[in-house]
Amino acid sequence: MNMLNILKSPKCRSTFDLLLLGVAFVALWQIFYEIAGSVALASPLAATENALKMLATSDFWMNAAATLKAFCIAVVIEAVAGLAIGIFLGLQRFTGDVFEPMLTGLYSVPKLMFFPMITLFFGIGLASEVAFGVLQGIISIILFTMSAVRNIKPVYMKTGKTMNLSTTQMMLTIALPGALPEIFTGLRIGVSSSLIGVILCEMFGSSRGLGFILMNAMQNNIVLDISSQTLLLIVFAAGLSGVLMAADYKLHRRV
Amino acid sequence: MIAQRQTQKSRLDVIVNDRVDAHVKLSGITQVFRSQTGGPAIEALGPLDLTLKTGEFFSVVGPSGCGKSTLLELVAGLTRPTTGEILIDGKVVQGGVPDGVGVVFQEDASFPWLTVWKNIMFGLKRRGVDPTIANERAERALELTGLQAFRDAYPSQLSGGMRQRVCIARTLVMEPRLILLDEPFGALDQQTRLIMGDEVLNLWRATGATVMLITHALDEAAMLSDRVGIMSARPGHFIEIVETGWSKDRDSRIASSEKFGSLTAHLWSKLRDESIQATRQSETKK
Amino acid sequence: MNRLMRARLLVVAAILVVLEFACRTGLISSYSLIPPSEMVVAMIEMLRSGELTAEILQTVLAVFISVAAAVVVGILVAIVLHSMPRLRQAIEPVLVTYYSIPIFVFYPLFIVLFGLNDVPKVVIGFMLAVVTMIASTLNGLDRVPRVLRKTGRVLHLSRMETIREVVLPSAALSVFNGVKLAIAHAFVGVLAAEFILSTGGLGYQIAYAFHDFDNRKMYGIMLLLLIIVAVVNAFLMGWERYIRQRRGLS
Repeated sequence: MNMLNILKSPKCRSTFDLLLLGVAFVALWQIFYEIAGSVALASPLAATENALKMLATSDFWMNAAATLKAFCIAVVIEAVAGLAIGIFLGLQRFTGDVFEPMLTGLYSVPKLMFFPMITLFFGIGLASEVAFGVLQGIISIILFTMSAVRNIKPVYMKTGKTMNLSTTQMMLTIALPGALPEIFTGLRIGVSSSLIGVILCEMFGSSRGLGFILMNAMQNNIVLDISSQTLLLIVFAAGLSGVLMAADYKLHRRV
Repeated sequence: MIAQRQTQKSRLDVIVNDRVDAHVKLSGITQVFRSQTGGPAIEALGPLDLTLKTGEFFSVVGPSGCGKSTLLELVAGLTRPTTGEILIDGKVVQGGVPDGVGVVFQEDASFPWLTVWKNIMFGLKRRGVDPTIANERAERALELTGLQAFRDAYPSQLSGGMRQRVCIARTLVMEPRLILLDEPFGALDQQTRLIMGDEVLNLWRATGATVMLITHALDEAAMLSDRVGIMSARPGHFIEIVETGWSKDRDSRIASSEKFGSLTAHLWSKLRDESIQATRQSETKK
Repeated sequence: MNRLMRARLLVVAAILVVLEFACRTGLISSYSLIPPSEMVVAMIEMLRSGELTAEILQTVLAVFISVAAAVVVGILVAIVLHSMPRLRQAIEPVLVTYYSIPIFVFYPLFIVLFGLNDVPKVVIGFMLAVVTMIASTLNGLDRVPRVLRKTGRVLHLSRMETIREVVLPSAALSVFNGVKLAIAHAFVGVLAAEFILSTGGLGYQIAYAFHDFDNRKMYGIMLLLLIIVAVVNAFLMGWERYIRQRRGLS
């Protein structure tokens, strides 16, 4: 009886579900492979083998490091700038109201089309990748932070004022902690978008990075490499997203 | 003129000319909810029996959590009882809302995307009722509920009381012979409730339907009903059914009579202990 | 015109003026950016000459088809998932992490499968749009008040009728929001596909002009894209406001 109850518990269920999803994913892949043939994609087995082989090469890690470098710099810049701007706009009612529709408008514009412009400004290379990554992610961060700050109960802010706190102190000690869950959601979405942005940028104009080797494989139609790299990218992106989501969930449960 | 009182029995069956007048008959009803997390099952209702006479106005009062709303959903066919049987017009209620039954819920059930007129016509359209007849019925319902001036308004433009009237009108056009009301005026202020009470009485007389009203307001039950069923705390069963003996053409002005006062007092005296018990029940749940 | 609108117009005008000035005086080289006024002129020229008409149609049509498919499939899948809570729970992680995966990596696969025509970009657009449609619709379905569903049963509606006449209208605002997001995502998908590898469409033209160092053409097309997106968004927001007003929500 005890064993059965443990197996039925929600935690066990969700792990089981995840495993099931993984199996379903691989099964679908295999089916697709059977239908489309090895001219289109590699089988799950072949792709995994190749992927493991790639992970052993220093060439791969050199490229991965380049991507990660651009990604991390972009994340730091957009986090700091996004939070600062978001908190400012959240606290300043009027200015926030002025800029909000423009920001939401910018959010729905396909920022990909700014890629040529950014490359012209920053040249091909790290700077463009960082800039493009920041562009992709910063708007989410600003919007969510703004909303989070505005949703702080006014009574908290009044308390801060009665304690004679400066604006900076209010921002750091009251606004930030209270609004943290929603801010984190914005960060999560922004960071995930930035990763995609950096990779996209590398695909079009770079000489190293995960996006570059993917584009290489695509242009030379090396199906095995495309499949393996896609697999690695998906695993990494989904893994990162999963970790962020777990943290997001924990933060929200606190509230 | 004194309200007749039934002595407490474990099986209360008020049978008056059963063969002709029993519109609704519940026998041996219980409702048990299985816990989803593997805890103990919750006995929500029963065992109880009840017979509603055709054309009577019957109210159910009881403490919170006693299962009054569950009872109504059972009669409506929206839920199935764990044990027991429900007969409407001699036919067993199972797996669906029977014909000729109308329900007015506590929450606002008007469709916000339709005008008042379209809301009222909704059921008729779905049933494929002849358009001329449908229009007539809808017009009549508008009149009865006093909504003629608002036929093209959207529910969001109306007050809470008027939205309930829309729901009542929508129920009336289907010409139900049994009308179930689940605390329909719970969200309204006292004065609106009294006015709505009078209107319900008018509708009851105009349609000749059997009415079952669930309410937590003792004065409402005392004022409107032919009989009042007092439910115990969970698991709810009837501890007493009181005959009010009002004449058919009553309205809210009977509130000033002595009989009303003693009636309400009697209801509360029976209900008080049950309510205290119910409060304790909800506290231990936490 | 209230204070807010005036402030916004002021900000936009200020940015345009600053950009115009910076470009004309050479602070920003014409190698990077051309003056806004030039962009407008270039755009109008191209529109007049009709050289973009085919491309506009190609992109817009691709977006339209992928959105239409995503909306239909998205709503259906959401309805199915909503009625099977266990399945929904199992699939939830996919829905939530979907947009962190670079979907466009499947583009070459689709080119191999379907050939170098318009089908791959429509499929990519669809894939990007459908999940947000599912998520938004699920959200809307969750919010349908239970009393409305009960009313459906009291009025003897069949399951299909209840979904069509009660559940979907009630969830309409969330579904609408989903459509808005679906359009935005489909646009990104189609444009990205056209950028990477394509035979036509506005994204292709931008990439082409970029490689040709034809800034006038490139920025002209970018401006046109911006205007198309802005117009579509304004229209959708106006429609949404109309629905909200009728329901007394704002």
